[in-house]
Amino acid sequence: MESHLVGVVGVKPLYRVNEAGQLADKIFQIWVEAPHVARHALAGQFLVIRIDEHGERIPLTVSAVSGDLVRIIFMAVGKTTHQLSTLKAGDLIRDVAGPLGRPSEIGKHGTCVVVGGGAGIASCPIIARAARDAGNRVIGIIGARNAGYLILEDEMREACDDLLIATDDGSRGYHGFAADVLKGVIAERKVDCVWIIGPAIMMKVTSEVTRPKGIRTFVSLNPIMVDGTGMCGSCRVRVGGETKFACVDGPEFDAHQVDFDLLMQRQRTYFDEEKASLERYHEHLCRCGEGGHHG
Amino acid sequence: MSTCAGAGKAVTMGERPAWERIRDFSEVDCGLSAEEAVAEAERCLQCKKPSCVRGCPVEIDIPAFIARIAEGDFSGAARIIKEDNLLPAVCGRVCPQEVQCEGACLLGAKEKPVRIGELERFVADHERKQGLVIPSVAEPTGKRVAVVGSGPAGLTAAAELARAGHMVTVFESLHEPGGVLMYGIPSFRLPKDVVQAEIDQLRGMGVEILTNHLAGASIPVAELYAYDAVFIGTGAGLPFFMNIPGEQLNGVYSANEFLTRVNLMHADRFPEYDTPVRHAGRVTVVGGGNVAMDAARVARRFGARVTLVYRRREEDLPARRAEVIRAREEGIEFELCANPVRILGTNFVTGVECVRMEMCDIDESGRPEPSPVAGSNFVIDADMVIQAIGQGPNPLLIRKMEGISYGRKGNIVVDEEGRSSLEKVFAAGDVATGAATVILAMGGAKKAARAIDRMLREEEQGR
Ligand SMILES: Cc1cc2nc3c(=O)[nH]c(=O)nc-3n(C[C@H](O)[C@H](O)[C@H](O)COP(=O)(O)OP(=O)(O)OC[C@H]3O[C@@H](n4cnc5c(N)ncnc54)[C@H](O)[C@@H]3O)c2cc1C
Ligand SMILES: Cc1cc2nc3c(=O)[nH]c(=O)nc-3n(C[C@H](O)[C@H](O)[C@H](O)COP(=O)(O)OP(=O)(O)OC[C@H]3O[C@@H](n4cnc5c(N)ncnc54)[C@H](O)[C@@H]3O)c2cc1C
Ligand code: SF4
Ligand code: SF4
Ligand code: FES
Repeated sequence: MESHLVGVVGVKPLYRVNEAGQLADKIFQIWVEAPHVARHALAGQFLVIRIDEHGERIPLTVSAVSGDLVRIIFMAVGKTTHQLSTLKAGDLIRDVAGPLGRPSEIGKHGTCVVVGGGAGIASCPIIARAARDAGNRVIGIIGARNAGYLILEDEMREACDDLLIATDDGSRGYHGFAADVLKGVIAERKVDCVWIIGPAIMMKVTSEVTRPKGIRTFVSLNPIMVDGTGMCGSCRVRVGGETKFACVDGPEFDAHQVDFDLLMQRQRTYFDEEKASLERYHEHLCRCGEGGHHG
Repeated sequence: MSTCAGAGKAVTMGERPAWERIRDFSEVDCGLSAEEAVAEAERCLQCKKPSCVRGCPVEIDIPAFIARIAEGDFSGAARIIKEDNLLPAVCGRVCPQEVQCEGACLLGAKEKPVRIGELERFVADHERKQGLVIPSVAEPTGKRVAVVGSGPAGLTAAAELARAGHMVTVFESLHEPGGVLMYGIPSFRLPKDVVQAEIDQLRGMGVEILTNHLAGASIPVAELYAYDAVFIGTGAGLPFFMNIPGEQLNGVYSANEFLTRVNLMHADRFPEYDTPVRHAGRVTVVGGGNVAMDAARVARRFGARVTLVYRRREEDLPARRAEVIRAREEGIEFELCANPVRILGTNFVTGVECVRMEMCDIDESGRPEPSPVAGSNFVIDADMVIQAIGQGPNPLLIRKMEGISYGRKGNIVVDEEGRSSLEKVFAAGDVATGAATVILAMGGAKKAARAIDRMLREEEQGR
């Protein structure tokens, strides 16, 4: 338990960045030392990170585990993820909590398809691997705006029996959406279970593909969270007409029961504040002329 | 700055004026000066059978510490209090003294009871200014105890067990220890440096506090059971919602979320701190307890016009009387005998539709049962709604503890010494009682810690 008590400030442990790098346009990865998360995390779970004393708590999927290290992969969209993208090996992160949420419902389903869109691909290899280990045949589909946004292709190829690729502009693989590729797959063969992970709108559209055939489909919801442990209700979503807390009842839910429009509405709650915060951060960076991640 | 400075002499139990305090998050209550404290202490009759002590769930030797204050020995007073209570600066501020120690004070029958809470706070604040003295701990016993949760229950159990020489590890899922003291109760009632200082004493006593550790996940239950004993103090942090239409609109918060954003994440200082909270012109708070008052007063400090909607009458408000008075002074409007039926708006909240309530038969809690008056609906404009209608124990860990018995409301069932249905597993505080008070959580935790200590020693002798 002491292994993560590196660089004690006051008496609080800090979490060391072991490796950091860029994977694609705007998409970054960090391997961070967090044994309490690494030792127990399963596919589908997430962690909450707070970079420093002034930071916000943000949820990110545990995308891989190796010994005491966990990997997070994120897209730089706002202040916190931009700041996170400036971290380098050896830097310290104030807080890493987890593993949070329910693990994916991995069973022996038969043939599974794991569909990832954009930064959502981050969650896919760990699920694909778990599904295959459980004796399923696993087909992967990864999609992005263009070839420059595609990530984890090799890892997915290794984790899946088959891997299909789609880009919106045709710069790589199939020219079109992951949803179209999925449509083709389920037309060709019997599919028993599907995971779809990506932006809310992509999950909404793609899960319509499996609805007519009643194929069991999971999506991983990404509402705004604070604690991630069921204490605030910020993450509430509607599933099958019932209110659920995504951080403890999910984040994975039955796609065909989810109210995606509500999810997207609630994601916009702090639109103005997020914009102001990012602008302030960029201004600050310009003035300081460096990473300056201590606010 | 605050008018507290120097006010101690002029004002009794100095309180900053409402117009000033709604502009900041500094403490409302100024505390006693040394002269006032001594004068107040001299009022105590030093009863032979002090009824006040029986009113205190942690049984502080009240007459003894008051006698030290009267002698001007403030450090001696602190030592006495800390034998039974490691969080006196907290308790002095937030205990409902009127129904505890002060409610039982003999002087209360004739004149005003001794202001025990204010005296306790004075002593604790005095000691903190001098530098807190870390209580001594017994010889190590070699026994390991896991404490889950670092609210008042967990902290008290940890202190008591460390004092007895056991090795204690506290697991806390949030990034700061303190539970509701940190994330729930606003700083204008309980400054966070005060809580911090009292918690630091525990670390000084050798207690290991692991934040960011969610028991049941970061620490699976099997690992908890590997300890010689487990104390569960996970509180009642699961917020209830009313389940009315419109609740999913942006701008509808649970009090827990709203208060956490402000107290724990410092959203009042956004964008200096990264966590935002909505700034609304008109806020409706639903509920009538301490949590509702706190949420309303915080919203007021953001400059909002705040209406508190409660379904029963003024005299039924469950909040402490003093807090209701302060809320009114600060300009909170009360809409009593009213209940929301629908939240209005598209995407964002624009209003709350309420219905008038009338008081009917007495219900099982002994209070009149409110029931809606047909056709009495009315709308309150609001761009933010905060629901403070209660909370229950978080089921996350409890569900993973196979075989533990819990009640209908999800609270762990324990005997009077905190024993659960599982061997070596104890629980106290809100997780056992349902949402209650700081001092009841501490009292329960102290009893449980003593039972744990006894169990561990008997085990040792039995070998
Ligand atoms: C369970 C879960 C797992 C996630 N996993 C990943 C992942 O692996 N990779 C990844 O790139 N993103 C992931 N996200 C989304 C990620 O949390 C947000 O992108 C991040 O919080 C944005 O923070 P920001 O300050 O950079 O941006 P902001 O400017 O604050 O916000 C940009 C967007 O992020 C959303 N957001 C803002 N604050 C939060 C918050 N506290 N919690 C959740 N969402 C928020 C907002 O709806 C907004 O649309 C996950 C979200 C959840 C709920
Ligand atoms: C806004 C508000 C105002 C209040 N005002 C007053 C007042 O003025 N006077 C008064 O006496 N009482 C007041 N109360 C009630 C009082 O705060 C509680 O009764 C008291 O804090 C209960 O203590 P506890 O230790 O049982 O739980 P909590 O204080 O709730 O602490 C529980 C802790 O356990 C942690 N935890 C939960 N689950 C896990 C897990 N699985 N693993 C690790 N950690 C976990 C939580 O994060 C939390 O830190 C108020 C409550 C609120 C919400
Ligand atoms: S701890 Fe609370 S109840 Fe006990 S003496 Fe102090 S203020 Fe009174
Ligand atoms: S009951 Fe009142 S007067 Fe008597 S010892 Fe206690 S505080 Fe003093
Ligand atoms: S994030 Fe707070 S309850 Fe889910």
